[in-house]
Amino acid sequence: MRIKKSVAVSENGFVFDSSTGDSFNLNSIGREIVELMKNGSEQSEITQKIVERYEVEPAIFEQNLMDFQSMLKQFNLMEE
Amino acid sequence: MPRKKITIAITGLNNTDNPGPGVPFIRAIRESDRFETTVIGLAYENLEPGIYMEGITDKTYLIPYPSSGAEQLLARIEQIHRKNPIDVLIPNYDAELFTFIKNEGWLRERGIRTFLPGMESFMERTKDNLSSFGEKYDLKVPKSLPLTGAHQVDQLFEDLDFPVFVKGKFYDAYKAWDKHEVSTLFHKISAKWGLPVMVQEFVEGTEVNVIALGDGKGNTIGAVPMRKTYITDKGKAWGGITIDDEKMLSLTYDIIRKTKWRGGMELEMIRTRDNEYYIIEINPRLPAWLYLAVAAGQNLPEAMVRLALDEKVEPFHAFKSGKMFIRYSYDLIGDISLFESITVKGEL
Repeated sequence: MRIKKSVAVSENGFVFDSSTGDSFNLNSIGREIVELMKNGSEQSEITQKIVERYEVEPAIFEQNLMDFQSMLKQFNLMEE
Repeated sequence: MPRKKITIAITGLNNTDNPGPGVPFIRAIRESDRFETTVIGLAYENLEPGIYMEGITDKTYLIPYPSSGAEQLLARIEQIHRKNPIDVLIPNYDAELFTFIKNEGWLRERGIRTFLPGMESFMERTKDNLSSFGEKYDLKVPKSLPLTGAHQVDQLFEDLDFPVFVKGKFYDAYKAWDKHEVSTLFHKISAKWGLPVMVQEFVEGTEVNVIALGDGKGNTIGAVPMRKTYITDKGKAWGGITIDDEKMLSLTYDIIRKTKWRGGMELEMIRTRDNEYYIIEINPRLPAWLYLAVAAGQNLPEAMVRLALDEKVEPFHAFKSGKMFIRYSYDLIGDISLFESITVKGEL
């Protein structure tokens, strides 16, 4: 699964899916993660980059990342 | 390039909370760099806001409703045409289109061009024919059943589950949750719009529409999909955003190709969570939100007028997604003398 091509993220964390008209707001970490996903980063790369920058245990972040990605899927922002 | 001088007569000036497409159509045609347009407004009611708005019509005439007889309506058009020769007539109400389509030849003989659907295409997409339209063109449509008497309600719900939409022949749609509500709505809607009243299966999903223009030969001149972002209690879009939905576009191209649709069209659809598309209505004219398509790069009113004038029009191939509109209300101030003129003289 990856972020749909039609999804654009602004510097402010505003997400717009031009194929559905849906829009969302992300906080700064959410925006970073989505940007990394859009650039094709794998789970392990995303985890590595985030734990380098923020004080978080890799195992805890991975769990949060999975929750976040399932939310993105639920909001129809991911595609095969 | 010098702009061509033309005179357009147009209906649909009711810029209310259930707006007609007249005012945005005029706005679009006034922005055309091909035409220098004189606009003749044709109003059915003397309080249609478009009559009084600055910079919209150059002259407005009251005309009789088609329900009072086609002869009366045509005689009035002819009278107006003698005073202000009309090049192109743009009717904008579903309820008047039958009369204008039927009399397209009569208008043409007098030098008045239109660009309307053929009678067969117009009739086969009506709300009471939607099921057979879906079957004929292989489209998903919600189950719709006609109601011609309140006594049929019990029988109807052997085939349908609640909630349902109860719809008038031309306008109005209400959601109903039980048989009692359906009966009440049947009386209310049939008194206003006549029979049949349609009862339509409720399909859950997002309301999305496409504005389109067909050239009558199967080609789509332009099409722009929109998602409603704010819906009034009358079900009208009060806000919307253009979306780049390929499936909606291919459905539109397909319908226009198969029906050889001529003129403006609005496809109303529901997109389900499983990304299935149900056609819930096909309106045989450009919709009131048409200016959004102009802002997104497709001036469909200008293209329609050019087609009416037998000009060759190249199809649009692109539009901007993410363009949005938000309607607003505004109190126009006018003097009673304006109202007097339109009421007493039938023109302003």
